[in-house]
Amino acid sequence: MTDARGPVDDPDVCVIGAGPAGALVAYTLASRGHRVVVLEAGDRFDRSEDEIRMERSLRPAHDAGEVWNMEQGDGRDAYTSSGERGYPLNAARVKGVGGSTLHWQGMVMRMHEKDFEMRTRHGVGRDWPLSYEDLRPYYARAERELGVAGTDDNPYAPPREEPFPLPAFEPSYSDALFADACEEVGVEMHSVPNARNSEPYDDRGACVGYGTCQPVCPSGAKYTADVHARKAEEEGATVIDLAQVERLETDSTGDGVEAAVYTTPRNTHRQSADVFVIACGGVETPRLLLLSRSREHPDGLANSSGAVGRYFTEHLFAGAGGTVEDRTRQNHVGFITSESHALYDGDEPTPLGTKLEFFNYAGPSPAIEAMNADDWGDGLLEDLRGSYGNNIAMGGLVEQIPDAENRVALDETTTDNLGNPVPDVRWSVGERTAEAIRAANGVQHDVLKAMDADIGWTVGPPDTGPAYHHMCTTRMGHHDDETVVDARTKAHDLDNLYIASSSVFVTAGAMNPTLTIAALALRTADHIDEEL
Amino acid sequence: MELTRRDALVALGGAGAAAGGAYTVSRLDDEEAARGIVERLVPVAEVVYPSQVEVTTDFLETYVVGRIEDREGYLGGVSDSLDTIDSYAVNLREEAFRDAPHDARDSLLRYMGVDEAEPDPDGTEAERVRYYVVNELQYALYTSPVGGKLVGIENPVGYPGGTDTYRRGP
Repeated sequence: MTDARGPVDDPDVCVIGAGPAGALVAYTLASRGHRVVVLEAGDRFDRSEDEIRMERSLRPAHDAGEVWNMEQGDGRDAYTSSGERGYPLNAARVKGVGGSTLHWQGMVMRMHEKDFEMRTRHGVGRDWPLSYEDLRPYYARAERELGVAGTDDNPYAPPREEPFPLPAFEPSYSDALFADACEEVGVEMHSVPNARNSEPYDDRGACVGYGTCQPVCPSGAKYTADVHARKAEEEGATVIDLAQVERLETDSTGDGVEAAVYTTPRNTHRQSADVFVIACGGVETPRLLLLSRSREHPDGLANSSGAVGRYFTEHLFAGAGGTVEDRTRQNHVGFITSESHALYDGDEPTPLGTKLEFFNYAGPSPAIEAMNADDWGDGLLEDLRGSYGNNIAMGGLVEQIPDAENRVALDETTTDNLGNPVPDVRWSVGERTAEAIRAANGVQHDVLKAMDADIGWTVGPPDTGPAYHHMCTTRMGHHDDETVVDARTKAHDLDNLYIASSSVFVTAGAMNPTLTIAALALRTADHIDEEL
Repeated sequence: MELTRRDALVALGGAGAAAGGAYTVSRLDDEEAARGIVERLVPVAEVVYPSQVEVTTDFLETYVVGRIEDREGYLGGVSDSLDTIDSYAVNLREEAFRDAPHDARDSLLRYMGVDEAEPDPDGTEAERVRYYVVNELQYALYTSPVGGKLVGIENPVGYPGGTDTYRRGP
């Protein structure tokens, strides 16, 4: 019996991974007349079932992984975490058509100019082999593709050439509560660019306020990359789901990739192509390269530098919150409407990027609290009234310094459902990064104190966690012993292998990475188009 | 505050908006089973919901029919859980749960351990009752504006209440 997920005959390009990077590369190249096949390890989800997914995400009986079929029990998503700090990998990603945008928050800022030159400006990490100006037109294209709602009111943002495609979401009531305190402390607030429709755009409706953006937006107002996977198919691309790529095989010289070997629920196949693009995120991308070791590439594909998997970098969460006397009107929507980049540039309080966020979802949500409570009736209602109403909180992301010892390696002692070694995420947080987290906490406390808040919690260095942004594991640069791909995101070691992923970031900044992932993917697609 | 058929349609979300016609048990193949569930849910809801909420058959019938049509496994799960509750009531009080006074019903559910049980559709008796009965009722109430307003939030999580309310003051 034939396998409906069998290989495509003689494609120009094989893209591995149908998240935002892969979907945008596939769509761009297909729309320019190239024959494209996309291999995606996860499911193609029926989005008409998103309300059921939303309910699963709210009801305490269901694990987070159930929402998007992660950790199904067959070992597909197995991993280990042997670093100083545990890394909850499967909470941090989704495998499927759309990738991790299926469960993402949807914040889409451009990186600042300094992020591309951290070595020159601050002696941190390496400079990128491209500048903000190089990426600037691609940022604009990415904003149009994703449908970004924003307004040009951020005095700290890098220059932009055109308005956002959609108007920004208006500030929340609680943003107004923060405003005076921020002015007192000297932290200027501004809007947040959201990949979320503030009005209908690209055949998707406007946000209707389900409040469950993360992990699922049943209205489809939040951008998810299955949008571009579908557009790629409309342009003639083939997207094959449940196709786990196990390794890439090179030709006899070892100079070019010849085929992707992938396994479906029914069979194992070889997909050939002229050009290959790995777009599997910051963990599975290096893993696939390492799994593709061969006689010609004994340390893994594209790994003559030894940098594949190294410099695994995250954004660290810093936050604080408590209660104020006034009602704060939280948990009506699941996204934020104001943030501040006031601490981002310069040396004070730290040269590392720091972004501050003003939450619209501080404190418990009554529905979730009710389903977890050990009471009901009038007693429960009294408890809910006591816990809801006066919470306030600030969050923030802090840049992590790249460290070669933070890495994704293969755990040779543990295998996945196909018998391949699983990724081992080794992660720690260094002292300079911890200092930056403490500095962010200090400003957060200053703002909350200026509001006369009773500060009830702080997330600082001891209990900080990752923002689920996997970066720098196949970073770009000039051909030397520390980088994997060049400025065009093409592997130094191979003639026809590109990488579209946050794994090519050189440093992390503190901006949510997906807009930069999208911009780089569009740029990669342009380079491949030129080459073909 | 009386819970209405309209409140139940709101609580059902898209399923409630999409389906045509009235959500009455007469539209179901197993009309009797659904009617029995509604009748047996009323005395549980009277305990689980705050006293200022007036539980109505209209509300529960609409919600239950919507759930039966939209959630696989709901009918069997809720029916079995209500059987469990009744069986405890008969054994302990020699009467059906619905015939017990309000305080006794409350005590019986706590005796079963439902108040502290982790909800689990495949768990112990108490865990299944928590999942299929108590948390179904809580989800219906507190993810809809009628329940949210009791606490002070007219657009609770899970309800598509638009993008105006988050901007309004108290």
